[in-house]
Amino acid sequence: MEPIIEVKNLGKKYNIRSGRGGYVALRDVLTNIIKSPFVFAKTKAKNAIGLNKKDEFWALKNVSFEVQRGEVMGIIGGNGAGKSTLLKILTGITLPTEGEAILRGHVSSLLEVGTGFHPELTGRENIFLNGAILGMKKADIEKRFDSIVEFAGIERFLDTPVKQYSSGMYVRLAFSVAAHIEPDILLVDEVLAVGDAEFQKKCLGKMNEVTKTEGRTILFVSHNMAAIQSLCKRSVLIEKGQVVMVGNTSDVIDRYLSSSLKHEAITEFADRPNLPATINTVTLLNHAGDPRSEFSISEPLSIQVEFTCKKKLTDTTLSLIIYSHDRDILLYSSEADTLETLSEYEPGHYLSTISIPPFLLNVGRYSFDIILHTPNIFLAAEARDMGFEIKNIDNPRSIIFQGNHPGRIALPLVYKTKQQ
Amino acid sequence: MAETNTTIIQPKKTLSLSDARELWRYRELIYFFSWKDIKVRYKQTFIGGLWAIFQPFITMIVFTVFFGRLAGIPSDNVPYPIFVYVGLLFWQFFSSALSDTSNTLVSNQAIITKVYFPRLILPLSAVVTKFLDFIIAAVILAGMMIYYGYVPSIEGILILPILLIITFFASTGLGLFLAAINVKYRDVRYALPFFIQILLFVTPVIYPASIAGKFSWLLALNPMTGVIQTARAGLLHTTPINWTLLGLSSFACVVMLIIGIIYFKIVERYFADII
Repeated sequence: MEPIIEVKNLGKKYNIRSGRGGYVALRDVLTNIIKSPFVFAKTKAKNAIGLNKKDEFWALKNVSFEVQRGEVMGIIGGNGAGKSTLLKILTGITLPTEGEAILRGHVSSLLEVGTGFHPELTGRENIFLNGAILGMKKADIEKRFDSIVEFAGIERFLDTPVKQYSSGMYVRLAFSVAAHIEPDILLVDEVLAVGDAEFQKKCLGKMNEVTKTEGRTILFVSHNMAAIQSLCKRSVLIEKGQVVMVGNTSDVIDRYLSSSLKHEAITEFADRPNLPATINTVTLLNHAGDPRSEFSISEPLSIQVEFTCKKKLTDTTLSLIIYSHDRDILLYSSEADTLETLSEYEPGHYLSTISIPPFLLNVGRYSFDIILHTPNIFLAAEARDMGFEIKNIDNPRSIIFQGNHPGRIALPLVYKTKQQ
Repeated sequence: MAETNTTIIQPKKTLSLSDARELWRYRELIYFFSWKDIKVRYKQTFIGGLWAIFQPFITMIVFTVFFGRLAGIPSDNVPYPIFVYVGLLFWQFFSSALSDTSNTLVSNQAIITKVYFPRLILPLSAVVTKFLDFIIAAVILAGMMIYYGYVPSIEGILILPILLIITFFASTGLGLFLAAINVKYRDVRYALPFFIQILLFVTPVIYPASIAGKFSWLLALNPMTGVIQTARAGLLHTTPINWTLLGLSSFACVVMLIIGIIYFKIVERYFADII
């Protein structure tokens, strides 16, 4: 059977100078033409024949892959690898510079939750508006209206303006509208980063269900490896705008983690405008307070998290999740565990230090995520896929047993032995 | 079955018949965007729909006092208030549609970068929204015609839809051009209100076109000249309907529409990248 999505040598070039942020003013263009007409003509001509290479940036280059009907395909890659650009081209939001893509079916996309929601309009009105923007016909929306409302669980607030909704309700409603679009091909970007865990599961479940029963094809971009692993059989790995690997999701994740796991002492993260807080930097420190990414098994290590709250956050906590190299969760720890309460953060900068005692983790490589969230996983900020290594240095066991013990936890237990 | 839905995405997208088909497929979205604009306006402003009556009415009074009484501008032997109101009715449709369409892309930037739909929908629905204002404001005109005792000719009534269509396409054409240029050059928006204000004075809204004497053909290049002249002729019998003038205006309007659509389509390719 023909693949439902065929991407052939797709490339996207941005001109850095006239790209995002630096808006062109007509006034400047006109003064340039008048002041130095020859220079202007020369740059124009150079641009036209492609000589002006220094301002070019290829967000995507030679990207090719195919997706079969009914397949859920993951797209994996670091920040700025070109995943979102790829989705924007496939939806038609922006055009490629070269190559082509063939999509055999009705396409709908979900690049952001609640696109076009208007705060002044009621839940009912926004369902219609948002549904229409996402490409649904009025008759379709009417037909699915009850099921959208029920799925979101907002029956009582249908006629309340959404500006009065809690962020959880807002996200649930937006998700619910999106979950009821029924295209042949659905393109989903990092939208599952927000919303509570239970509802996410419900949404994924619904998407999964229609994929199986109605043969829907989904292209799924996420930083959340666990979500990709559970949804997608096959995945594409994109690095620096190029396809590095297409294959089984677990192989692709392995490759991604091994090549891009930030085994660095200090990792910086860019602001994500749609989240209410930002984790700016995560620093790993050894017992002497020096930044390191490798530690002896017998030394305590600490993780320093610098974050900024853009809005006031209530009922929120900072959590650390440590994974083994094969992505099993080894530890899920929250500040609320020891505080025995949730925290409130006023807008501003914060510095948290998480201490990990020696001998907790056995020798090996670990990855970890830091998230700022509410107990039902409404994400306020996230920093994912960082890593460190525990080395077999100063290991008393190693001296006694001439080698390292197997296992992942190395916590020495207390043995009391008496001769009787 | 799915073959009919096949999309091929390629670098150069040129104007084609499929654009029109796509626009037709998304026609409901025009309705939804206009509906949203109207709803939001009613919810946000205290006087809501009254604004559509207020604005032309107050303008009419001010113009009558200053231009009609104090400056003594001629009005083709028709009471100045009703003379200027017919002009204002169409002018306000044109100018408010124009200023709204010009900003429609920039103000919907969040949607444009996240969802695909034919971009033409946004400016089109902005113009459609203005229809409602026109209808509300037209009620006042009906009242004034009764008050001053004017009975429109059959011709005058029949020609109104044509005048509306010309106004619609003229504001769409120019609006598309300005909307596209507004995305590309961000300083354009500051010049727009000034530009629209100037347009008012080169359109015979506050004065009759006859004032321009032998240069009145120059005014005819402005599609709104023909529209307003014809409306006055049909409704107030100021002059017989000048079909040549109307033809010229329709022609100018079609040219503007074509230029607007072509330029819009060219810039549309990289809207999402530069907006």
